[in-house]
Amino acid sequence: MNEPMLWNRNCPIPIAADAERISLAHGEGARLSRRLISEIILPRFAATANRRFADAAIVTTIGCRLAICTDSHTVSPMFFPGGDLGSLSVYGTVNDLAVTGAYPRWLTMSLIIEEGLPIAILERILDSAGHAARECKVTIVAGDTKVVPRGAADGLFINTSGVGEMMDPVPPGPQSILVGDKILVSGPIGRHGIAVMSARESFAFDPAPLSDSGSVIHAVASLRNSVGEHLRTIRDATRGGVSAVLHEWAMECGHTFALTESRIPVTDEVRGACELLGLDPLYVANEGTIIVAVASRFAEIAVTALRHVPGCEQAVIIGEVQSRGISPVTIRRTIGSAQPLDEPSGAPLPRIC
Amino acid sequence: MKFIDEFRDPALATELVRRIRATAQQPRVLMEVCGGQTHSLLRHGIDVELQGIVELIHGPGCPVCVTDISAIDLAQQLASLPGVVLASFGDMLRVPASQGSLLTARTAGANVMMVYSPVDAVRHAQRHPEQQVVFFAVGFETTAPATALAVLQAHQLGLENFSLLVSHVRVQPAMEALMQAPDNRVQGFLAAGHVCSITGYDAYDDFAQRYRVPVVVTGFEPVDLLQGILECVTQLESGTAEVRNTYGRSVTRFGNPAAQRVVETVYEIDDRAWRGFGVISAGGYKLRDQYETFDAPRRFGLTRSTETNDSATAQRCRAGEVLSGRLKPCDCPEFGMACTPDSPLGAPMVSSEGACAAWFRYHRGSKL
Amino acid sequence: MCLGVPGKVVEWIDRDPVFGRALVEFGGIRRECHMACVPDAEIGNYVIVHAGIAITRVNEQEAERTLQDFAAIAEGLSEPDEFNSAGTI
Repeated sequence: MNEPMLWNRNCPIPIAADAERISLAHGEGARLSRRLISEIILPRFAATANRRFADAAIVTTIGCRLAICTDSHTVSPMFFPGGDLGSLSVYGTVNDLAVTGAYPRWLTMSLIIEEGLPIAILERILDSAGHAARECKVTIVAGDTKVVPRGAADGLFINTSGVGEMMDPVPPGPQSILVGDKILVSGPIGRHGIAVMSARESFAFDPAPLSDSGSVIHAVASLRNSVGEHLRTIRDATRGGVSAVLHEWAMECGHTFALTESRIPVTDEVRGACELLGLDPLYVANEGTIIVAVASRFAEIAVTALRHVPGCEQAVIIGEVQSRGISPVTIRRTIGSAQPLDEPSGAPLPRIC
Repeated sequence: MKFIDEFRDPALATELVRRIRATAQQPRVLMEVCGGQTHSLLRHGIDVELQGIVELIHGPGCPVCVTDISAIDLAQQLASLPGVVLASFGDMLRVPASQGSLLTARTAGANVMMVYSPVDAVRHAQRHPEQQVVFFAVGFETTAPATALAVLQAHQLGLENFSLLVSHVRVQPAMEALMQAPDNRVQGFLAAGHVCSITGYDAYDDFAQRYRVPVVVTGFEPVDLLQGILECVTQLESGTAEVRNTYGRSVTRFGNPAAQRVVETVYEIDDRAWRGFGVISAGGYKLRDQYETFDAPRRFGLTRSTETNDSATAQRCRAGEVLSGRLKPCDCPEFGMACTPDSPLGAPMVSSEGACAAWFRYHRGSKL
Repeated sequence: MCLGVPGKVVEWIDRDPVFGRALVEFGGIRRECHMACVPDAEIGNYVIVHAGIAITRVNEQEAERTLQDFAAIAEGLSEPDEFNSAGTI
């Protein structure tokens, strides 16, 4: 007992010196792997994990249609104001299910860990993922862990796949959008992209702009309950922001989306950062803000319903659908005529000019 | 935001448009010198509002557009040296040179870092003594104080791991070059507001008289731009050619002496190759001898090739004609075909305020 | 070129002639900006910031005057010639 390391023949590598970091041995399926899973991963999903990270999970449904999606998550830095990779990996997949019209039920979670990642970091990320899963009432039913050599990944990648039960009425999709329909957003736009960019590039804004990273389950449910069959389609406006979503919809429905800049909600933080960096919030990513197309007569009801959902108090109509115009998406800014709003091309880069 | 929102007021802008229409008796050709002005004009649709009354030629004031390919090539060479980190403004990262852009160089392993400010690059150098930080100093007179200040700070800190690749340009010599071109169409200038914040506009008096051309110092918000255009048109109608300042909240006749001192301490005026223009006499800055230890090419034993080594791709780009107002972006045979913001042939299609990218973004194929 | 954004000086951090810095507010955020080119800016003044450096002070009286001219326009009280009082010094 005095010299435990010397005589512990179950441990092939002297781990004591580096017990605070993930090593390749953590991924080699032996004792360290087991301990990683049983001591570090599973306890963090106690209320949500299906007893253990099974190779395959068996779930029971009540005979409804299912929605299935998968998403790989990577963000640099892993922690940013308002969120982190762990919660993002849950919300991202949950939101994809929710906007499709499903009630998210089960997730699988696959971790790709770079050798050398401090275990404390992994623990914080998993704590956050567990918290998000409990909040969204999804069960993590299966999982996998791989450790890759240093340099083969950027700290940690998380893939989550989700299964949800379709809830009627299901929004039919962008091809159902009609001229005259209204476009609304559930809250101020551009918060996630600005938060991550500010953290990544050390822009040192004070206060640090917060990401909107969060679940849209309640927002979608409120829309379903209030204006259900009059919904055309819902999307979470992630990469490329509101502009990217509207351009995609325009391709599918063949109509033009006409926005009014003065109606678009933007926080003072995002406004300031965007002015300073020369960015347009319409191109900046969101992670918990949805964009909705709804029949004109029901738009106000939808807005009122959304505003009762915590976090959606600033939901608002930002534009409407018109027949084919000068450009798939147009925006009315300061004066007179509507201007084309271009499709985003690559990630927005701050400019000095 | 104060001093922005008031100058985006729709009612004021609409009234100014009305006044410009009422004043102009014939179509006029004006050049907004600065890329930031181009961006704002197109973003707010001012060029469309004034269609048929005022044609706006997008000027050369886009530093990423006029930075010579040889400078970007050199930046890539520096970024590929072991131990070197090349710090650059976001604008420069996508500009194509002989061998792709700085972003493609980064993909291939070069060490390229985006910074918001040159002084942030100094701070990075201070924190990472093991790295050689090279800042890619591009920009007009507006940006020169920031890079000069970075040099002064690095000098005082005794940093031996910070240097500059200087590719600064000066705007007035380029305006001279434009006016001297035989096929010049420009009848009036909206001078670049923030350049004048530094330099003042005293030096334009002589320019305006020599070329009989109105020069109106103009800001960047829609109301500022319309005010500048109205002033220009009013002068043209009355046959005057004077220097006027419509951006009084940021510009005085003699500029900002403190900023000028910072620039003059570190830099001296030099000839500079401009992309699309060739070498412009006194068209740029270089480090003074006293600060030449901060010159990155010198430090790393590299020389800038004097002749522009345009790749076949870059040769198809007619940036020079576009930036001098002789060719509209949409009249270029490559525009929107082989040349788009996703795969630009030349710099004006890269930067969001580059004439071609702005045109592509806001007009696509439509011919104004 | 030259994206310059007006922000309000809220706090001086360092008044060194070369390393001088102040906290400047833009909309809902603040950022440290270098002040070597506007050494006499005071708290509450607005400065134009470009690439992390304050390049000039905003002349608030001048801005106010411009806006008053505009207000006159908006009310239709002023003739075009009066409005065109862009200053030459």
